[in-house]
Amino acid sequence: MVLHEVLLVADATTSSSGLNAAGLTVMVVSIGSVLSLVSYCLYRVLSLPPVEVEEHIKGPLEIEPGGSEDAD
Amino acid sequence: MADSKQGGPGDGGRELWGTRIGVILAVAGSAVGLGNFLRFPGQAAQNGGGAFLLPYFISLLVLGIPLCWAEWTMGRYGGTKGFNSAPGIYSMIWRNRFAKYFGAIALMIPLVIYMYYVVIEAWCLGYAINYLTGALVSPEIKGQGVQGYENFFASFVGANGHGDNFGGNAFLLCIVLIAFGLNFTLIYRGVTRGIEKFCRVAMPVMVVLALIVLVRVLTLGTPDEAKPDQSVIGGLGFMWNPQFEKLTDFKTWLAASGQIFFSLSVGFGIIINYASYLRKNDDVVLSGLTSSSMNEFFEVVLGGLITLPAAFIFIGASVKDKGTFSLGFEALPNVFALMPGPPALGQLFGFLWFSMLFIAAITSSVSMLQPVIAFLEEGFGLKRHASAALLGLISALGCGFVLWFSEGLVALDTFDFWVGSVLLFVLALIQAVLYGWAFGIKKGEEEAHKGAHIRIPHFVQLMLKYVVPVYLSVVLFGFCVQNLPGYMTSIGENPAARGSIMFIGAVLATLLLLVHIAGKRWEAQGRLTYDDKD
Repeated sequence: MVLHEVLLVADATTSSSGLNAAGLTVMVVSIGSVLSLVSYCLYRVLSLPPVEVEEHIKGPLEIEPGGSEDAD
Repeated sequence: MADSKQGGPGDGGRELWGTRIGVILAVAGSAVGLGNFLRFPGQAAQNGGGAFLLPYFISLLVLGIPLCWAEWTMGRYGGTKGFNSAPGIYSMIWRNRFAKYFGAIALMIPLVIYMYYVVIEAWCLGYAINYLTGALVSPEIKGQGVQGYENFFASFVGANGHGDNFGGNAFLLCIVLIAFGLNFTLIYRGVTRGIEKFCRVAMPVMVVLALIVLVRVLTLGTPDEAKPDQSVIGGLGFMWNPQFEKLTDFKTWLAASGQIFFSLSVGFGIIINYASYLRKNDDVVLSGLTSSSMNEFFEVVLGGLITLPAAFIFIGASVKDKGTFSLGFEALPNVFALMPGPPALGQLFGFLWFSMLFIAAITSSVSMLQPVIAFLEEGFGLKRHASAALLGLISALGCGFVLWFSEGLVALDTFDFWVGSVLLFVLALIQAVLYGWAFGIKKGEEEAHKGAHIRIPHFVQLMLKYVVPVYLSVVLFGFCVQNLPGYMTSIGENPAARGSIMFIGAVLATLLLLVHIAGKRWEAQGRLTYDDKD
């Protein structure tokens, strides 16, 4: 069989063959990675201590006047 | 962060996000939209199934997240200099008198996208209402199968002829007005009391609605015993089984990069605006990573497990060739109608699904208005009600244009390609160069880590300076080579497409003029200074 015929058969087979081992692996790794990342991020964010309001009211002026700073 | 809608004396009295989680949910809300649930699954199915995830995750790590961090950093920096709009922020990043004009692109993109996105948002609301009334599960439409839903969609959106939306059936127009009203109500209330408050409720609601539909889809089993392949497992296989030979096709890598791009809302001019409402020492690194990961949750986990498996179970492999709108508004309604159990059950799930899509669309569309509102306020000293009214008028004109030239959705499609695709890449490239070469990665790294709760690896800065601009240029070039000839032909053949291009040109020209005037005002106020060498 020439290559493109092999690919067509593989494509057709893949479409109707159910979830194969490779597909299961891709699905579990992808979903697992995303869930791990979002869980880690949300955990870090939600476990941060709240910032005191006074820190902002008494803080330095937040709008800085424009002053040229050289880029590297 | 403490709750405060306006900063205290130390913040210069400017508008600020109320809470840390609020800005994260707002940015995530901006990113999460129909593309997560409809475009991603379609792109994966057409580009190698599970194999698509390899270029997809590479693009996320090399392109998406680094560009997000750059945009968050530049936005916060511009905000501390007193600017919330892209023209002003770019002028602070690159102290050159031409910098502000690039900001016009960052205003135009969200504005023009809003003009058609609110129409799509109205479709979602309209479909949810039609599920509530039972119109989309009636025996008449069910009896026609997919064709019935295709006819319904074409009629509903006015795709059969220009001006159809302004004919006898004003239902869609009423829905668009409702969507407009909701968007502008949220915008008028401001960043904290409007956008943030809404997103803090809307995002969890979206998760709950999507999970309900997900559980339903994963428990469908094999609805038609005569088609044993069309089962839940078959549907998951259809989505996730890898076709590795597709990895040798440039189109697959192009599609993956494009999907990451659109999905994360990088280069929209929105993140840079949202981040400008942060305080000087508010974290951008962890926040940027969190909002990006939340977007990936909606896309890979929910979008990857719901849309295509559900469609495959009832429609089969032909669903692979369906575009975003066809999948969302023709195939899926057919799926809900065919779900086993009493018709009311399919009606319920259809209502929940399209309600979820509507909420996803609102959190995105409202974010598209804020950059222009910010510009009108700080560029011309307009108060909120005046800037909202002016923006309402401009966007209503554009929205009316899209609704009128609805035959074959030509105006929507033209806006989406030239502004929502090509110009997006252009702006992302501009921002990558501004960050890497004008602002500088040394300063960028220092700025990004102010208040940061996690560190960005140093090699990411090097990627932003050297790799990302090249990567984007290659993707942009390939994108243009692949898609541009077809679109140029359609412009030549279609007066409505030509008119849409002229409309885009008129919007850009107007924005450039407004930016020029605003720039003069800022110079007169002493807010803009340029490097002496310029």
